Amino acid sequence: MHIPDGFLNGATIGVTYAVSAGGVAFATRAAGKKLGEKHVPLMGIMAAFIFAAQMLNFPIAGGTSGHLLGAALAAILLGPWGGLLVMACVLLVQSLIFQDGGLLALGANVLNMGVAGCWIGFGVYTLTTKVIGVDRRGTLIGGFAAGWASVFIASVLCSFELAGSDASPLGVALPAMAGVHALIGLVEGLITAVVLGFVWATRSDLLQIEKV
Amino acid sequence: MKWVRWWHVALLLCILVAFLSPLASSSPDGLEKVAEDKGFIEKAKDSPYEIIADYVFPGVHNESVATILAGLVGTVGIFALVYGGARVLRAFRREGA
Repeated sequence: MHIPDGFLNGATIGVTYAVSAGGVAFATRAAGKKLGEKHVPLMGIMAAFIFAAQMLNFPIAGGTSGHLLGAALAAILLGPWGGLLVMACVLLVQSLIFQDGGLLALGANVLNMGVAGCWIGFGVYTLTTKVIGVDRRGTLIGGFAAGWASVFIASVLCSFELAGSDASPLGVALPAMAGVHALIGLVEGLITAVVLGFVWATRSDLLQIEKV
Repeated sequence: MKWVRWWHVALLLCILVAFLSPLASSSPDGLEKVAEDKGFIEKAKDSPYEIIADYVFPGVHNESVATILAGLVGTVGIFALVYGGARVLRAFRREGA
């Protein structure tokens, strides 16, 4: 869902950069206060995993592919601000080095896949585990729901940015983006749940670290 | 084996994932497909420069090898960047406390 340059107009670029920069600044402050010994390697691993997994596009209906965002997974393990820092670093490197996602569109990409992805993912996970319980079942179901919601909401935000930039009217972009990403989100949810299940089975203490 | 920490194994798993990258679907992703279908894909502008554009390592003829190389450089590089950044943030926290 990396927006290339050319899709967004100046106003959208300005607003999305401002919101994302504010979010990243706040996340850096929060991380500076709360980061513990275990957070350091976990942040590195989340970034490496998300980068590698994002390269693995999987086919979805009708000649379309999707790939993991990883925002929900990072936010569940690290907390929303820690997750945002990881996502922002991945998106920055992808844009600067791999020409994936435009330089001017970086603010929008961080807003959709970082700020919104992490906060929606973290919120849905927290709510689900409150209802079902923080046992294995609650963790897996919460992870699936969080993964799906993070992709879906990111795609909705993306279509508002496209519409606000006159790239495509909302009536066209919104149903198309939300429709295909409702499907891609199912795979996101599945991968999120599988990874959480793996962490639960191998290093369940990592699920207990303080959320940043 | 006391020096083997959990994240050494985890990083190795990430590197294994990077080795799978040539298997990725080459179909357009959700946003690209919508942009093609709804007729605004031609608005996309290429980057003013290319380093490892489209996850293909430059100068390598075999496409699978070029993709794996790009994946390895990115996976290890971004681990180092974020691990180092997090250590610096934590060092600041200790100093401030």
